[in-house]
Amino acid sequence: MSDQLVYAMEVFLNGLMAGVLYALVALGFVLIYKASGIFNYAQGVMALFAALTLVGIMDGQVPFAHLINAMFGTELHHFGWHLPAVVAILGTAAVMVLLSWMVQKFVFRHLVGQEPIILFMATIGLAYFLEGFGDIMWGSDIKKLDVGLPQGINAWIDNVTFNIFDYGFFIDNLDIVATVIAAILVFSLVLFSQYTKQGRAMRAVADDHQAALSVGINLNFIWVMVWSLAGFVALVAGIMWGTKSGVQFSLSLIALKALPVLMLGGFTSIPGAIVGGLIIGVGEKLFEFAIGPMVGGATENWFAYVLALIFLVFRPQGLFGEKIIERV
Amino acid sequence: MSNEGYVTADGRKIGGTVMEMKNITLRFGGVKAITDISFDIKQGEIRAIIGPNGAGKSSMLNVISGFYVPQEGEVWYKGSRRPQMRPYEVAQQGIARTFQNIALFEGMTVLDNVMTGRLNHMKTGLFSQAIWKGKAEQEEVANREVVEKVIDFLEIQAIRKTPVSRLPYGLKKRVELARALAAEPSILLLDEPMAGMNVEEKEDMSRFILDVNDEFGTTICLIEHDMGVVMDLSDRVVVMDYGKKIGDGSPDEVRNNQAVIDAYLGVSHD
Repeated sequence: MSDQLVYAMEVFLNGLMAGVLYALVALGFVLIYKASGIFNYAQGVMALFAALTLVGIMDGQVPFAHLINAMFGTELHHFGWHLPAVVAILGTAAVMVLLSWMVQKFVFRHLVGQEPIILFMATIGLAYFLEGFGDIMWGSDIKKLDVGLPQGINAWIDNVTFNIFDYGFFIDNLDIVATVIAAILVFSLVLFSQYTKQGRAMRAVADDHQAALSVGINLNFIWVMVWSLAGFVALVAGIMWGTKSGVQFSLSLIALKALPVLMLGGFTSIPGAIVGGLIIGVGEKLFEFAIGPMVGGATENWFAYVLALIFLVFRPQGLFGEKIIERV
Repeated sequence: MSNEGYVTADGRKIGGTVMEMKNITLRFGGVKAITDISFDIKQGEIRAIIGPNGAGKSSMLNVISGFYVPQEGEVWYKGSRRPQMRPYEVAQQGIARTFQNIALFEGMTVLDNVMTGRLNHMKTGLFSQAIWKGKAEQEEVANREVVEKVIDFLEIQAIRKTPVSRLPYGLKKRVELARALAAEPSILLLDEPMAGMNVEEKEDMSRFILDVNDEFGTTICLIEHDMGVVMDLSDRVVVMDYGKKIGDGSPDEVRNNQAVIDAYLGVSHD
């Protein structure tokens, strides 16, 4: 087999893994969009906030330390504990549920029945608020996140591929773990939305508020539940990205990468978010590999958006989105 | 008003009072939609609310189903005063409804739509539902049985897997009725079940309403402004005009009520 083809295969595999991470972020968008028709611009910041909180709880950081110290002249920085990852993750999940409840209570409850663009603007506000709040609460320095996920080259794949192709593939263990976790997450979300009472209610709420009320569905409960789920997905995405590249504020920008994923997969489809993520991940890596050298590289920065633009022209509802046919 | 039942013209036994509206007044800003209206609904009867356009019929129905909160008056349900409730809580108490402008889950199939009517009858835990084991399975099977019975009854088997958005108007109305019925409600509220239908569809719908009442013994409260249909269907009729009650009684009594005749035909001012 030619060297080029072997390299291409490695690039392809790495693209798949990168795509899984994009899909994880996109998934959070889809959940909220499905149940409330809100495009949640704050999803990326939620991932950042979750990661910050996780590191903070794990390392026993005192929240609002700067503020407290400045106001009272104290020197508080650490509680002095170091919690196991599982406890910290549970704690963070609880914080995300609380956050969802507050978002619902103080923001969206008052905007029921408003135009989608107004709800969208509210999420932009929420994004800036959360970013600033995360900064005040946990500080703006780059933090290392290590919840004990394996990292570094996977020796087994390296070995096997070396025996077959005479060239060992570099696949990061973390990417493999991310893939497995994403698969479990998607599988449980699909089960949840298809087979449980709450899942059914969620789909009902997404479709028609009035009808949902008339069959006895508590809209507020469903919305808090969905935001909590999206918060949980954000936490998982935050853990993966944070472990990979450190918890820093540029993390919130991954939300922008999720946009083309959504345009490809469709805003309302959970499987669509996955497939869209994989296509973008593989597409941008392969494109960089094949075409990149001819145009001076750095195609990864724009490839996804151009692909999304093409989709917008020819298939605006995405691959799996519901086609909306208006009857005249 | 007495709490006792009565026997209808066609010999059906009607039970005691299920719901009673006492001196309901509803205002929107300065506009009075309903003024001091009282009436009751008895177990197993078909109770109609009629009146010309803008009489406040739909507002009344929205008060019963909790979508509107009246400024004055009390709602009594099953012998006790109902505190102020959200619409979903009213639904959980066993009051199902349909809407004048149809509120279905357009993205779902007919079967899924009707299944949502069973949501309040699902009690098992989240986890067992998701993995489809143990009690959850039995429960789902039991719920499906009720749903299939309703689907059979309303003769919509042929379209059970069709997405609702593809159905014609008349069938959508029937699916909405099916969803309400699937909840096995104590009171079924129908908001203009025959609006916008052709003669044949109207006859079908009338037959279904009578059959539902007959077969399941469901108490039905309906709004309609087609007088002919109402008089044939209902056991007792409330007549509203400009937000006030102008008549209450059997179809025959109402038909001969001078105030009702005036409201419908107009009064000559000479």
